[in-house]
Amino acid sequence: MLKLLATIVKDTRILWRDKVGISLMFIMPMMLVIVVTNIQDSTFQLVNKSKLPMLICNKDTGQTSKQLITSIDKMAMFNISEVNKDLNESQLVDIMTEKEAMLVVMIPANFSFKVIAKSKSMTGKALTSFGLKGDTLQRKTDIDPPLSLYYNPVLQESLLLSVQGAVRSALQLVESRVTLRSLYFSINEEIMPAKLENEMLDNKTVINVLPATRGGTSTTPNATQHNVPAWTIFAMFFVIMSLGGSIIREKMSGSFIRLKTLPTNYLTALLSKQIVYLGATLLQAAIIFSMGVWFFPFLNLPALNLPSDKLALLIITLACGWCAVSYAICVGVFANTQEQVNGFGAISIVILAAIGGLMVPSFAMQGFFKNITTLSPMHWCIQAYYTLFLEGGKLGDIMHKLFPIIMITILLQLASYLGLKRKKLI
Amino acid sequence: MELERALAIDVENVCFRYRGISDMFFSKLNLKVAKGERFGLFGPNGAGKTTLISLMTGLFSADEGHIKLFGREIGTKDKTVNKLFGFVPQDLAFYQELSPVENMEFFGAWSGLDKKAIKKRIDELLPMLGLGDVRNKQVQKFSGGMKRRVNLAIGVMHKPEILFLDEPTVGVDVQTRLAIINYLLELNKQGTTLIYTSHQLSEAEGLCEQVALMEDGKIIAQNNLRSLLAEYNQDSLEHLFLNLTGKGSRN
Repeated sequence: MLKLLATIVKDTRILWRDKVGISLMFIMPMMLVIVVTNIQDSTFQLVNKSKLPMLICNKDTGQTSKQLITSIDKMAMFNISEVNKDLNESQLVDIMTEKEAMLVVMIPANFSFKVIAKSKSMTGKALTSFGLKGDTLQRKTDIDPPLSLYYNPVLQESLLLSVQGAVRSALQLVESRVTLRSLYFSINEEIMPAKLENEMLDNKTVINVLPATRGGTSTTPNATQHNVPAWTIFAMFFVIMSLGGSIIREKMSGSFIRLKTLPTNYLTALLSKQIVYLGATLLQAAIIFSMGVWFFPFLNLPALNLPSDKLALLIITLACGWCAVSYAICVGVFANTQEQVNGFGAISIVILAAIGGLMVPSFAMQGFFKNITTLSPMHWCIQAYYTLFLEGGKLGDIMHKLFPIIMITILLQLASYLGLKRKKLI
Repeated sequence: MELERALAIDVENVCFRYRGISDMFFSKLNLKVAKGERFGLFGPNGAGKTTLISLMTGLFSADEGHIKLFGREIGTKDKTVNKLFGFVPQDLAFYQELSPVENMEFFGAWSGLDKKAIKKRIDELLPMLGLGDVRNKQVQKFSGGMKRRVNLAIGVMHKPEILFLDEPTVGVDVQTRLAIINYLLELNKQGTTLIYTSHQLSEAEGLCEQVALMEDGKIIAQNNLRSLLAEYNQDSLEHLFLNLTGKGSRN
């Protein structure tokens, strides 16, 4: 017991004096969490709260285009400014840069006429199908109003899809209004009353958007709830830089020769490293979570809401930490140089994080990558954390995610043991 | 039976080959060192001194034969035999990030000492080796000579019966070398068997009473130093060395 205690004290002292290792383990992940959460929160704010700058070049003189602009404006998603209608495509691109606009909607000269013509055509078809007399002379292809949407290529695809959906929705509203008026006029031969028109168009089914949580808890998902657990796991696995390096340094130094001649098994040294670095990973998690809870609001970021089941949080954090430490030890045992640990360690952690769903959600992956995501221990760690942080889950809900983490950890420990045996280090 | 009891080290018909090399490096090597001797192993680079010490300390395993320390086989699963010896390797074998006290606390525990014994040995050894004033300073800031003394202090922490010294004075100044040699002589007086290798032959001459000269994995001469000098009609260990191993450089 004294041997283990002395080794733990020795490893703690060495870790404490390893300023580079400490900064890699604590300061860099903290900065990473702040930066990534900030970026994602900004994107979230941009989509949900801030308005995207949009220019409108209206070459049309009719009322329908004005209604379209009003509809887009009412969505409260865009900050609209109209530009000179005589601009051509290349001038539009220039003015986008000049005004730092992400989007330009170009309404063609005969937009109103074409929308009305299309509506009349649709009305004619509808009346004909009801057995009434209608105008069906114009074919749809001739009267499709070509609305153009220019976008800045830096705009992310997902955001662009949201914009497209919003513009399409505004356009649909305008088209529906015109079609409705046309239909009413054809049947009643009088203008549709404004009250009835508004009632019909505003009669939308309300969509309740609710996070699917267990037990009805209502933690609103936000950039903090997503990023803090994810980057905490990344930070834990990044102990490889310090722990893997420590094993290599020990193996390559004269002290290892002495250790091998002493009446103590080297497994004691590895057990000590596991205990010390497991403590370090728990400390990392405690610091990053505390930062999320208390420090993030000072940065105008959403505060982290900790799960209600603190025991489950502790258990999954312990399991993730132990898995991270086991991975670092395994790499440290098999690597022969510090460069191998640094190079392989850093790159493998980034790859495991990527396929594990820390960078891109694993549900968004396709085919082969979706299948291999389960091979990454980080996948199981993040899934368990999400169950606790986002779904309000309890210990029972994460057991099936805890099991693969423990299995991977045992496999890593076994591989390390065999590696030590093969290299005659124990 | 009396001879058996007096033997500190018994290397018996040891064969050893390096991994990946088909030729035996040691073939039926034999060496006996009596308890309390100051035994010097000498030879040119690549002669096998460090390899033999590695076998005697259990760092390497012999392919054939036996190595016994006080009658107990080394290199088996039972590592309690390792308590019998101390090792001062050629490389600095401690943690540079720690102080001498912190290093000794750790290595003392690994040697099987309890807390009280560790503290006692720290208080004895550090002033004796001139490290009392720097006992709590990080070793990485020490001079080469001070580091060598820390290396020695850790090797003798647990008062070993046998002390293996692989070039313990390499790269140190005359004062440090003298301090180390005097300390080793003092240890030997207390009964510790010394196994010593060095290329500093004049220094070795003052320290070793028994010597073995090695070349190409073989012991080419072994006896009491005075007897060997007389046998080969040489006036110093250096001349004896050159006479037996030649003047060409070795790789």
